[in-house]
Amino acid sequence: MLLRTKLHGKTYEFPDIRLLMGKANEEKSGDRLAGVGAETAAERVAAKLVLAELPLSVLRETPAVPYDEDEVTRVIQDAVNETVYNEIKDWTVGEFREWLLADTTSSEMIKRVSAGLTSEMIAGVTKIMSNLDLIYAAKKIPRTAHCNNTIGTPGTLSSRNQPNHPTDSPEGIRAEIYEGLSYGSGDSVIGINPVDDSYGSVMRLLEMSYDIIKTWEVPTQNCVLAHVTTQMKCLQAGAPIGLIFQSLAGSQKANDSFGISVEMIDEAYALAKKYCFPAGPNYMYFETGQGSALSAEAHNGWDQLTLEARIYGFAKRYSPYQVNTVVGFIGPEYLYDARQIQRAGLEDHFMGKLTGIPMGCDACYTNHARADQNAIENLAVMLTAAGCNYFMGVPMGDDSMLSYQCTSYHDAPTLRQLFGLRPAPEFEKWMENLGLMKNGVLTDKAGDPTFFLRR
Amino acid sequence: MDQSRIDSIVEAVVKELIAAGAIKSATTPSAPDSAQPAGGSTPAARHLSHDTLTIDLPDPTVDALRYAPNVTNPKDLDGLKAMISSTTARIGVGRAGPRYKTNSLLLFQGDHAITQDALMRDVDQKLLDEFGLFTVQTRITGGKQEYLLRPDLGRLLDDEARRTVAEKCAKGANVQVVVGDGLSAAAIEANLRQIFPVIKQGCQSAGLSFGTPFFIQYCRVGVLNDIGDILQPDVVILLIGERPGLGRADSMSAYMAYKPKGGDSDADRDVVCNVFENGGTNPLEAGAFVVQIAQKMRQHQASGVKLKLAAK
Ligand code: B12
Repeated sequence: MLLRTKLHGKTYEFPDIRLLMGKANEEKSGDRLAGVGAETAAERVAAKLVLAELPLSVLRETPAVPYDEDEVTRVIQDAVNETVYNEIKDWTVGEFREWLLADTTSSEMIKRVSAGLTSEMIAGVTKIMSNLDLIYAAKKIPRTAHCNNTIGTPGTLSSRNQPNHPTDSPEGIRAEIYEGLSYGSGDSVIGINPVDDSYGSVMRLLEMSYDIIKTWEVPTQNCVLAHVTTQMKCLQAGAPIGLIFQSLAGSQKANDSFGISVEMIDEAYALAKKYCFPAGPNYMYFETGQGSALSAEAHNGWDQLTLEARIYGFAKRYSPYQVNTVVGFIGPEYLYDARQIQRAGLEDHFMGKLTGIPMGCDACYTNHARADQNAIENLAVMLTAAGCNYFMGVPMGDDSMLSYQCTSYHDAPTLRQLFGLRPAPEFEKWMENLGLMKNGVLTDKAGDPTFFLRR
Repeated sequence: MDQSRIDSIVEAVVKELIAAGAIKSATTPSAPDSAQPAGGSTPAARHLSHDTLTIDLPDPTVDALRYAPNVTNPKDLDGLKAMISSTTARIGVGRAGPRYKTNSLLLFQGDHAITQDALMRDVDQKLLDEFGLFTVQTRITGGKQEYLLRPDLGRLLDDEARRTVAEKCAKGANVQVVVGDGLSAAAIEANLRQIFPVIKQGCQSAGLSFGTPFFIQYCRVGVLNDIGDILQPDVVILLIGERPGLGRADSMSAYMAYKPKGGDSDADRDVVCNVFENGGTNPLEAGAFVVQIAQKMRQHQASGVKLKLAAK
């Protein structure tokens, strides 16, 4: 295999697909850390030039981790619709990009082709798309799902109510949930990250959040983002659970370090379908993020974008209700600054939608990254334009338990009012009935958490 | 002319008169009009001479201001106060349209600013001297910037550090305490004076030998492995600064491992996290807890996931 190009008179040659894929990425500190990033700006473009000429079949045949060694690879490869794949396997990556963007390519056509793609093919085309390409193409691929309510319908934007607390105090978490609901945050899920992963503590938070849902007849679902095994134990003991959660990674070895396997998630999915209280049929919630495999030294020498694409291929197996990248969470060693975080957010959302999952985004940053609140407000605007299903709602965007900042309870109504979008339809009706929203706009009663103190 | 049109004309005229100083506004800037809707905001008119303008503000980060209810006309003001006091999250902040009020927006930015400063600072030498901690370094040579970008180098002691540690420290201790800056010097400064004596005293009472403690600059959790390889202690306790939260840089963790060695991962480790006074795990209690875990690790000769399984 010869992978070579000239650019401005200089020759660039790439020894294999792995390095070609790494060097074709937009600049990311994590790819440098992994030793696969381009050395110069020109080398990056040279890699893109070569990648654009690569047939999709080469990417199918070069998974980041070999089929025999990795169950994530097997999940992705075995799910491919071979008839569809045979129609597109000779397309080059560059032709695929233009086909996605073309006026003659409809949403339905893209959804059909999704069935014939592997994650490496999706990663490949993403690398040669500009930011606006990623926004425009993602918008063409709405992905909806239903649990207690409907997420992802064009014209809507949902918000996860994320009421975390440094000591898991049910009273404090309840106060945060009320604040969020009063702004219209919570139509995607009321999802609590626990400090204490123990059965008793997780049980308590599930019951408390369910109590709010019942008392106020909120059309939504609850979730406590403990390790999946803890949630399974709670579900078997009769706990009221709307969505089952787990963080996923893009290789078997990285999933090992998360303490999970395909078999375990299969089992969780079967239990969820059997015991979760909402109507369904979508019951799973996953989080992802570029850099997780590398941080566990489980990336097999590949770049973080390709590993991320593989997570979506894995997630698709479980027809999830929602999936989001926690895009700036791990830290600057993977995404250094605002520019890298924004780029990764757009990539992840597009890749999720092309893979076939209802994708949202935790647009976020840590205090040791070169970013600030303005940077992720920008990202949220770009992703709303791209048709992103949902964002996080955190009190003023400051998660005082996980020590990072993301989008806020206020950002949901702002983005909705700015883009003429509505909450999930069932949730909007509920807000209208309570008098918190009218014609898509917050009323005078909204923004006051004490509204929910008495019913 | 309909009534609403008449009302709006009257309102406009009244506003003009207020602005001209002809009549007095019923509202004062510090007490918003009780008819003001939740998302509304109409500034009161003032007529000030610029020569005598004095802006002299109190610190918005003091508790009385930080936790003051900020919702315009809440349904239940006492209820709101109780809710705000139940969490460190920024609730009860009200809104200007769908956005934040000016004071909460600027308080947020102030907290972000102070957090950034904490990251770039080194641990105070006086504190290290107080506990007789000598300093060694990891393989980071390019300062904080490189530290942030190269966690792999922050997990390895450099050659000189390996020599110094081997020379100066007692080998094979039951408990080896090491202090590392991690992502927050302020966390070490806020907690070391309390937690360190408790751990030392606790080891003595439990009859555990206490290795020679020292300080590691540019430190990551993975450095536990090198310490294990060089000093062969039973249990290593690494006190390290967590990545700072917004306006909160004083949170420290104790990462622990039983006989750590090259190749070990986080699955072989345990952590007591969120150690800070007022709201987190109190450092005195954390110190006692850490000694208990060390004893448990020695009893089961395991740590991390293996300890969980062994102790079941
Ligand atoms: C960043 C972070 C992560 C990152 C770590 C990668 C990275 N680049 O730092 C990621 C996202 C991968 C992660 C994963 C997990 N984490 Co974590 N993490 C944190 C966080 C937010 C900050 C840690 C920090 O400041 N470290 C200090 C710096 C200097 O250390 P470092 O050397 O740069 O990084 C190392 C540590 O962060 C360590 N680490 C991170 N999490 C955990 C968890 C455990 C149990 C251990 C032993 C080590 C460990 O891994 C890094 C690489 O060695 C803390 C919150 C907090 N308040 O501390 C939670 C926290 C430590 N994590 C927690 C948990 C539960 C996990 C997971 C088990 C979640 C899961 N269900 O899958 C996994 C397991 C990790 C593992 N492999 O064993 C809990 C621990 C609770 C407890 N007392 O046991 C905390 C306190 C958050 C919480 N409240 O839920 N985590």
